[in-house]
Amino acid sequence: MLIVACIKQVPDTTQVQIDPVTNTLVREGIPFIVNPYDTHALEEALRLKDRFGCAVAAISMGPPNAEGTLRKALALGVDRAILLSDRVFGGADTLATSNVLSAAINKLHHECDEVGLVLCGKQTIDGDTAQVGPGIASRLGFQQLTLVDRIVELDTTGRRIRVSRKLEGRHEIVEAPLPAMLTVVRELNRPRYPRVPMRLAASDATVEVWNNQVLKLDEQSIGLKGSPTWVSKIFSPERAKGEILGDGYADPDGAARLLINTLLSKDMLPL
Amino acid sequence: MSPNHTVFTVLLVASFLFFAWGCWRRLSLITLRTPEDRFDSIGHRVGEMLKFAFAQKRVLAKPFGINHFIIFWSFIILLIANIEFMLHGVCPWFSLTKLPDGLLRPLLLVLDIVSLLALASVVIAAIRRLVSPPYPEARTIEAFFILSLIGILMLAYFGINAARVVNGEMVSVFAWMPVSGRLALLIPATSAGSVYLIAWWAHAFALLAFMCYLPYSKHMHILTAIPNCFFRRLEKPNTQAREEFVSGKSFGVGQVDRYSWKDLLDSFSCTECGRCQQVCPASITGKPLNPRAVVHDIKVNLLENASRLAAGEKPALPLIGDGGEGSVSEESIWACTTCGACMEACPVFIEQMPKIINLRRHLVEEEAHFPEELLNLFENMEGRSNPWGIAPSERTKWCSQMDVKPFEQGSTEYLLYVGCAGSFDSRSKHVSVALAQLLDKAGISWGILGKDEKCCGDSVRRLGNEFVFDRMARENVAMFREKGVTKVITQCPHCFTTLKNDYRQYGLELEVIHHSELLRNLVQDGNLKLNKTASGLGTTVVHDSCYLGRHNDLYDAPRELIEAATGTAPAEMERNRANAFCCGAGGGRMWMEEHSGERINLTRVKEALEEKADTICVACPYCLTMFGDGLKDVKADNVRVLDVAEVLAEAVLR
Repeated sequence: MLIVACIKQVPDTTQVQIDPVTNTLVREGIPFIVNPYDTHALEEALRLKDRFGCAVAAISMGPPNAEGTLRKALALGVDRAILLSDRVFGGADTLATSNVLSAAINKLHHECDEVGLVLCGKQTIDGDTAQVGPGIASRLGFQQLTLVDRIVELDTTGRRIRVSRKLEGRHEIVEAPLPAMLTVVRELNRPRYPRVPMRLAASDATVEVWNNQVLKLDEQSIGLKGSPTWVSKIFSPERAKGEILGDGYADPDGAARLLINTLLSKDMLPL
Repeated sequence: MSPNHTVFTVLLVASFLFFAWGCWRRLSLITLRTPEDRFDSIGHRVGEMLKFAFAQKRVLAKPFGINHFIIFWSFIILLIANIEFMLHGVCPWFSLTKLPDGLLRPLLLVLDIVSLLALASVVIAAIRRLVSPPYPEARTIEAFFILSLIGILMLAYFGINAARVVNGEMVSVFAWMPVSGRLALLIPATSAGSVYLIAWWAHAFALLAFMCYLPYSKHMHILTAIPNCFFRRLEKPNTQAREEFVSGKSFGVGQVDRYSWKDLLDSFSCTECGRCQQVCPASITGKPLNPRAVVHDIKVNLLENASRLAAGEKPALPLIGDGGEGSVSEESIWACTTCGACMEACPVFIEQMPKIINLRRHLVEEEAHFPEELLNLFENMEGRSNPWGIAPSERTKWCSQMDVKPFEQGSTEYLLYVGCAGSFDSRSKHVSVALAQLLDKAGISWGILGKDEKCCGDSVRRLGNEFVFDRMARENVAMFREKGVTKVITQCPHCFTTLKNDYRQYGLELEVIHHSELLRNLVQDGNLKLNKTASGLGTTVVHDSCYLGRHNDLYDAPRELIEAATGTAPAEMERNRANAFCCGAGGGRMWMEEHSGERINLTRVKEALEEKADTICVACPYCLTMFGDGLKDVKADNVRVLDVAEVLAEAVLR
């Protein structure tokens, strides 16, 4: 059984600013990171590999420089790393993205080994749609189990999986037959740290690149042309600017008193 | 009246062979090691060996050091008597008494006095071990056995000579043997023959037993300590060796033969005197780390695994394990603050800290196994080049209210390397502001790197994450070169030592100056005028940062600065300067919890409060945090902790 982890290279959003004139993300000089939720999907795939011995492939759609993200996955221990990269994939929304990713998973399924599980982060921190994982599941006809915070049981012979879903204020235990697509939350696990010999090996390893000549998808279903969603505007919301009232360093007692009195006067301290 | 020379000859040859075999068996293990060059500057090394091995400079620095000094020199002087004894035992005609009286008399006088001194020292050493040993485990049978052997040697020496006097030999030199001569008066002439034989064989057995036992005990240091001083690291051991990151290598030390030959020689040179553990902040506050035990465990592990390692097999006893004899526990590996107190205390220059960091390297680099608090730290360092993972764009927030220039080659003389704490830590930002204002006031030309500044990598290096440190160091070195940085001011001793000492391994020689030193110079040269005396600080107490003091010998600048600003010299804590006690944050401990024993910072804060401190003066952002936290813990609300720049600012800016 093959497990596929879908990972995405995203800009480090804590360092992203929005250009006030053009209303677009200022991406120059911003470092890229692996989408944090995806690191948990990858970690879970590797843990299942450790337990059941199944192979793990990491796939990512993105520009050629997204190769670095896949090298990180190789350093952590995935068996194959595949970058889906082609100019015609560019400008994709969640629908077109899931078309490409599911085509790649399908290809692995037919040419390599039967895919039993696809693991995705619950969403990316740049787009925040949480649609790509479910999109892959529906395109592949896999069961979809979203917001997973624990794999309760995986029965590889009986081909069933039971997971816990983290919902607001409650947990839900659900069971589904394989193959299944899981989107995962941070509570699922603590991602491992790469060992240096693996990092060195990963820097010499091959990241396979699949373009559309490999996937042979209809250009109307991918990239900008295959994307019904258009972003018309992006902007920073107006935020009321706060006011500094006291100086906690010079006069901590006074500042604390001022804070309490201010909260009391605004009726913000329940007494 | 003559011992059986044939019997003695056989015993002597057998003992010699046993001794040589034991020495070879142990010392040949050192060849299992990885290589390391310690053969440079031979002349300087000889000087160090004379100073520390023969003149025993460090041994003498502590009480009872004189005791060891006497025993050491007695051994050397009594070699004359012992060699004579052995030769006489084999060839009866050989005797010192054949020397002319003019030579013999002073020689016998010296030997008699030295033997008496040695006997007294051995008795004192035995009493010390009984009454108040350096540490409880030092009260071993082995120690008493060795002391008794030495004692027997001395008594037997007197016995032999006394009997000979009674027997009518050596009459002309009788008066020159104050002890043996007096003893002779107590021996009846009739029993002189049997006293002689008993004393002679006692001397023979003690000598041969000592010889046989030596290579199998901690007293092996008699042979290894002198070369160990010769092969000592000539520069301060304030940095660690680089690792080369190519595929197929292994990193750090996970099994004992990965240590260098000098590390292994260290383990045979340790006499387990316990001076390291008496100054180790981890040991003192009840952590499982004991630097003496680490060195001992390396030796035991080497002996235990020797045959397997020689055969190229996996060791049976793991080096990193449960902390039983021969294994070092992970908790003790992570407990080290890299303060360097152990290395400062060791009379024979054993380097405990690099050995511990090598174990950390193995855990981090080979096994990716470390305390979980460190995962965030490592990722933040790699991702955002600061310990907290704060966006680099925030690096200049501390000076948002000031007019600070960017560093530019040609137009700014100094780079002020603010450091992560000075840039992001809310308390340390005040230090950065005070320092910046003082530099401006003094008319110094300085600039900053702003959001391009990256962490120096100190914590990751001391925590054994050499792979990440190597990347950070390369990036910084390239940036410094590109920007033409040559003179750097740091306000953090960790940045200071890393830029100054660690980056030198990357071919970058910077003129790095710690702010305490620069400010002291500016005050002394009259470039910073004091408006008033900073009198509001009350009693000031000074704390030495390990990476400023012990690791870089900078002790006076902070003191002189405080004295200039306040008009009085700061009070000293009981442990100060080279003996100063760590705040607990070095070696990456800043980012870790203390799970056992008392907190190191609390121990140090209490020590400062004993001096009736109103203001504790530090020169390091980590110390600032640790003292600040400690003062809150003991609820000493009216005691402040200030950086020396803030102390000076009180006198110059307010």
